Amino acid sequence: MSRVPFTPEQYGELVSKLTPPSRMLRGYWRAFWVGGLICAFGQALTLWAERLNLGEITAPMFTTSVLVFLGTTLTGLGVYDVIGKYAGAGSAIPVTGFANSMAAPAIEFQREGAIMGVGARLFTLAGPVLAYGIASSVAVGIVYWLIRGWVL
Amino acid sequence: MDTVWLFVKAFVVGGLICDVGQLLIMRTKLTNARILVLFVTSGVFLTALGLYKPLVDFAGAGATVPLTGFGYSLAMGAIEAVNRYGFWGAFVGGISRTAAGITAAIVFGLINALVFKPHAKP
Repeated sequence: MSRVPFTPEQYGELVSKLTPPSRMLRGYWRAFWVGGLICAFGQALTLWAERLNLGEITAPMFTTSVLVFLGTTLTGLGVYDVIGKYAGAGSAIPVTGFANSMAAPAIEFQREGAIMGVGARLFTLAGPVLAYGIASSVAVGIVYWLIRGWVL
Repeated sequence: MDTVWLFVKAFVVGGLICDVGQLLIMRTKLTNARILVLFVTSGVFLTALGLYKPLVDFAGAGATVPLTGFGYSLAMGAIEAVNRYGFWGAFVGGISRTAAGITAAIVFGLINALVFKPHAKP
């Protein structure tokens, strides 16, 4: 097989130029209904949490933990990759996708050992998300503290 | 009927947020990692500006389950902790509010790697 003399960028441009609009629409539709379904399932878990009399603070913890559990388990079973291939952002953006982004590389790099394989690879995608998410929450907290100090 | 409406709102809003991600995947060259970081930080700043809370009140899990909702929890946690502890709350609130989700992902991720073997990519 001969190699195509293209850079990945040029290839990507060519693909998006040649992709028919119907395929783009299909991508949006798939992301929409799969992502929507995961969120609706999260809503069901929240209602369930209310029936279990979990409080305002603990109910979201219950919902998130169950979704994370399902995300990692389906990843381990190899199901989440299949869903991801079908749904694109529809399965990547919900918190189940965050769980998948941690579990998938951890499983894939088992060979590299428990420490630098599993332990470190858990955070290949989650690391940046946590770093910038947490840092920006600190920034927001400090700005809020400053504003509150001036106003009150 | 009210319950059905709750599900419809969660489904539609959650689906639309995912479609924003799909748009970024198909129309830009941003890597997955960049898109996820963008979603979390957008959630944090939209919450700080007071724009995300109304969406959460409206759509429930439709707004909290996507990664922007993780940002929402981080920012709300930081703000509430500043109210409670003052300055140092900014360093406490984000993680403590999201602790369950982060810990669940670490623990279940580890257990997964012990239990399952790598799969061939589909």
